Amino acid sequence: MPTTTIDGHTIGVNAEGFMTDPSEWSEPLAESLAAQIGIELTDEHWKAIGFLRDDFAKQGETPTLRRISVMGGIPTKSLFQLFPQKPAKKLAYIAGLPKPHGCV
Amino acid sequence: MTTTQTTPIVPAFGDVDTDRKLAIICSKGNLDMAYPGLVLANAALGEGVETHLFFTFWGFDMINKKTMGDLKFTMLGNTATHMPQGLGGLPGMTAMATHQMKKSIAEIGVPEVPEFLQQIVDSGGHLWACRMSADMQHLEQDDLYDEVEGIISASDFIEITAGAQLLFI
Repeated sequence: MPTTTIDGHTIGVNAEGFMTDPSEWSEPLAESLAAQIGIELTDEHWKAIGFLRDDFAKQGETPTLRRISVMGGIPTKSLFQLFPQKPAKKLAYIAGLPKPHGCV
Repeated sequence: MTTTQTTPIVPAFGDVDTDRKLAIICSKGNLDMAYPGLVLANAALGEGVETHLFFTFWGFDMINKKTMGDLKFTMLGNTATHMPQGLGGLPGMTAMATHQMKKSIAEIGVPEVPEFLQQIVDSGGHLWACRMSADMQHLEQDDLYDEVEGIISASDFIEITAGAQLLFI
């Protein structure tokens, strides 16, 4: 697996660029990852990221959008506003987690 | 081998092809045939693809307020259940099969049809009803799920979805 350096953070990533070790993640790193894909993090973004990190720690897999809206209490519409076009993947990327595998 | 890049490796989210469109024609009113279109529409929206669903013929049951929450699954004519076809005709069998399928769907966290349609709309999807089906069934816009944008002709749908990839279900 390659490593890549973003704003001085050196992280292990897969071929696509998703982090391979969630323990290498930190909040300052999230800011840098978000900036790479043109997103400036607000409190609302952090709420979603926090849910993803917690849920991944408990479930061992990245939640789908459906799960984030139902269990995390963040409406689907907001997720599309906060992380435009590809909310599930962008959110997973910023949270330092693999892409979600679930279909819905 | 471990390599270190000077240019950061970042997923190519910026390369989203914003021109991509998907049109899904939902023509079936069975519970099991409602889901493929909904799941694919939801997936496409999550990938930033403009998505339009057109409900026609039996697919109208998916957006008719009276039926949308009560779609059924039957073993009859469906050899994929691998049960004797005669069983499917017994009284109560369709209700049982429907209950079982709804349970399996709920267990994996997938919503029922009305809620799924709402999720699709919240994700930016467009719902359209077929004019001919509405006329045949004597239904008006008020009889349909509130988020249906309009009752339109087949030609209008073809026009709206110019350049789209199309799925007929």
